[in-house]
Amino acid sequence: MRVNMRVNGRPYEADDVWEGESLLYVLRERLGLPGSKNACEQGECGSCTVRLDGVPVCACLVAAGQAEGREVVTVEGLADHARQRSGEAAGTVRPGEPEEGHPETPGTPRQPEPTRPGQVAPLAPVQQAFIDAGAVQCGFCTPGLLVAADELLERNPDPSDADIREALSGNLCRCTGYEKILDAVRLAAARTGEAV
Amino acid sequence: MAADRAPATLTQATGATRGTVGESTLRPDGTLKVTGEFAYSSDLWHEDMLWGFTLRSPCAHAAIRSIDTAGALALPGVCAVMTHDDLPAGTHYGLEIHDQPVLAKDRVRFHGEPVAIVAADHPETARRAAARIKVEYEELPLVVDEATATAPDAPLLHPGRRDHHASHVPHPNIVHRQPVRRGDVAAARARADVVVRRDYEVGMQDQAFLGPESGLAVPAEDGGVDLYIATQWLHVDRDQLAPVLGLPADKVRLTLSGVGGAFGAREDLSMQAHACLLALRTGRPVKIVYNRYESFFGHVHRHPAKLTYEHGATRDGMLLYVQCRIVLDGGAYASSSPAVVGNAASLSIGPYVVENVDVEAIALYSNNPPCGAMRGFGAVQACFAYEAQMDAVAAELGLDPVEFRQRNAMSQGATMPTGQLVDSPAPVAELLRRVKALPMPPGRAWEAAGGPVDVRALPGGLSNTTHGEAVVRGVGYAVGIKNVGFSEGFDDYSTARIRLEVIGGEPVALVHTAMAEVGQGGVTVHAQIARTELGVDRVTLHPADTRVGSAGSTSASRQTYMTGGAVKHACEAVRAEVLRRGRERFGASRPAWAEPDRLRLEDGKVVTDGGEVIGDLAGILGEEAIDLEREFRHRPTEPFDLRTGQGFGHVQYSFCAHRAVVEVDTELGLVKVVELAAAQDVGKAINPLSVVGQIHGGSTQGLGLAVMEEIVVSRDGARVRNPSFTDYLIPTILDTPAMPVEVLELADDNAPYGLRGVGEAPTLSSTPAVVAAIRAATGLPLRRVPVRPEHLTGG
Repeated sequence: MRVNMRVNGRPYEADDVWEGESLLYVLRERLGLPGSKNACEQGECGSCTVRLDGVPVCACLVAAGQAEGREVVTVEGLADHARQRSGEAAGTVRPGEPEEGHPETPGTPRQPEPTRPGQVAPLAPVQQAFIDAGAVQCGFCTPGLLVAADELLERNPDPSDADIREALSGNLCRCTGYEKILDAVRLAAARTGEAV
Repeated sequence: MAADRAPATLTQATGATRGTVGESTLRPDGTLKVTGEFAYSSDLWHEDMLWGFTLRSPCAHAAIRSIDTAGALALPGVCAVMTHDDLPAGTHYGLEIHDQPVLAKDRVRFHGEPVAIVAADHPETARRAAARIKVEYEELPLVVDEATATAPDAPLLHPGRRDHHASHVPHPNIVHRQPVRRGDVAAARARADVVVRRDYEVGMQDQAFLGPESGLAVPAEDGGVDLYIATQWLHVDRDQLAPVLGLPADKVRLTLSGVGGAFGAREDLSMQAHACLLALRTGRPVKIVYNRYESFFGHVHRHPAKLTYEHGATRDGMLLYVQCRIVLDGGAYASSSPAVVGNAASLSIGPYVVENVDVEAIALYSNNPPCGAMRGFGAVQACFAYEAQMDAVAAELGLDPVEFRQRNAMSQGATMPTGQLVDSPAPVAELLRRVKALPMPPGRAWEAAGGPVDVRALPGGLSNTTHGEAVVRGVGYAVGIKNVGFSEGFDDYSTARIRLEVIGGEPVALVHTAMAEVGQGGVTVHAQIARTELGVDRVTLHPADTRVGSAGSTSASRQTYMTGGAVKHACEAVRAEVLRRGRERFGASRPAWAEPDRLRLEDGKVVTDGGEVIGDLAGILGEEAIDLEREFRHRPTEPFDLRTGQGFGHVQYSFCAHRAVVEVDTELGLVKVVELAAAQDVGKAINPLSVVGQIHGGSTQGLGLAVMEEIVVSRDGARVRNPSFTDYLIPTILDTPAMPVEVLELADDNAPYGLRGVGEAPTLSSTPAVVAAIRAATGLPLRRVPVRPEHLTGG
């Protein structure tokens, strides 16, 4: 079957999709977006967390056909999503429209933003916070955690520790012991709060 | 599609960060990892690639009567089906003993053993094809524990074995046996005021790394194969693969691809040989990615153990003797069981001074899943038992458990039960003092706010099973000792190649090693070391591959020591060459060049110890790069005597102490770990941020073993009952408490920068600390981990 969806603001079309394929398989193997990870493929670890029409889901539990015509945000689109959100907050970008300077729009190069030393592209606040707090070790859980944490912060810009633990309880991490993940989410919340 | 995932353009760890030794430099691969661009082994893609799948045995012990692959081969999209009969060369592999079949021939020895492999154009096609292979099994009697392994009529798992342990083991179903004897236990027992003898048991823990076993094998024009793989040791993979593929080692080239955690489980081969065999058979690239179910069968686990300990002490709290016996279940194949036995035996009494010791550790061959390396490597099982014993003896004596440990704690200058002198700092009493001195977390936090009960902080959490009526609190302590690096005379070395050249007018160092970055942060510290030693800002890391000498394994807490040491060593050689060239060119005009010992490299300049700049790197190097490779070895160790266990077996020891605070719902048997504090001596924190991250991660794995993690193997059929993340539980963020960490830096003069391996020690003591806290809360004996609800409710 053919599946059409928008992923990270861009239209995608996948052909010859077998009915049993998951959204995760289509993203990783057919659309060339391997950022969402395949750690358990049974909805237990959260490594494949993406947003489907804004709602965090385990992409491994979504049949590809269920994503037909819908909007998906993966870790690859997180930075753009965050920039779009902050743009929305400032009232400059309409929902669903690519903002000015989106990389897919020809001829309008991405606006340079202040960057940290050694940083190659602007990251979402939560992405930068994960790096800065030491919350990334092997990094396999990181994409799913980032999508879940970013959604939490969108919903609740000033979460308590208990809120953070609750929101991230569906994302397993085997390396960090979670302390630095908590630090990272607190850091992202603080930085975002300062920016507003 | 996804051409950037083709291995030819594989890049890792290329992001630029800054920072020298001792700074919390950020990971060079961090940006790639947070944007989803980092290429893990399961992300690799090649035009025209096939997918491999493994058919595994449903039986734990069976004779194979026949295998019929016709149905699989007939399925459209299937390109190859291979069984034992199709192997081109060697048929077995193994880390220490080559006893593991690439594909089972006439017998399977564990549930999940690979029997056949398939390559097809879609992973689902490969799975369906494998399901159409007909295998006729005839079940055989099982070996599941020591009694069945050594019974007079026990089936032999490896009849006619000729490995180097075979001659000294008491039974062919025992892989290896290591006693440790010192002093006179019988005489000491006669003098003891208090004797405590108890049995303990440790369940089978899984490493449960998140990135599944996976890799991509690409057949090469020269008849060889290029394998892009997530592993812990590229060279030892290659050395096992080449004989199986029937190729010379130089035609089996391995490149590390992104590794999603390891913790020991990637020391043994998993899908490496299968992917290469299918690629060479089909002439096409073959990718294999295990799903989580298969991952539980595809790697070795931590040895489950049964331990018997007897401690004797005087009334004033001094240990007189320890007698113990440790039985590790190694499962169907040897893997690293011999080395695990050596560790369990030599570290069996913990970081304590005891004159009289009688220890025996063995590992069994059985039909249970094969066990091998996991973080802590034989020291974890022993630590659970000896720390429980320390609490029990202290209780008998009416002493505070921490005070009792401190009275018997080893320190620098102590003698191990193996006779080895502990010749660097061993701050055992101090680590205990530090964790004990930390402020206690507030009690009954769920009701502290004065508002409604916050059930999220209670045992059972959001399942809302209690409002705190039957919740009691306990505090427990533990400390452990772990060896660093490979022991018992192993020629442990690492190799680094350093290229220093001028690019764009600026000196740049390229670091090339075969070290497997599995998440631990080796890539960060290698760049820090190169910056420190060469005084350059820009450091690039070459992808790890077999085109440079071996780095040894990313295990045994050894990579910062060993490959870090190799990078340092190679940088020193490069620096000497810089100074030689500088002296040659400028020595006549500047006398300072004649004294290289008083020169250092800093900010791209050559500087005297007086601070005078006498040259710059870019000028000295010019167009001519310096490119040098060096090996680094730690001081030699020696094998343990097979009868007495005496010998200088370990290169370095590492120590960590924990304090656990738990709350237990005594009606429901639910445990909430409220806080898990740690204190560890790291010698020198090369990267303090990463050090703390390792301590957190190790502590959490120990917490998992204490209260939830176990691979359950059925007693009647030796079949794995819970191969999924639904049923094998690892701690979530809700199960993991705040973890304050105290880091000590007492230099080990024998190690580079004085550092001490960090990764494993925190995994040891967290388990007994948590269980001690549960005992303190409930008064129950609790001699088995993981502790389950039924152990707490008497069910």
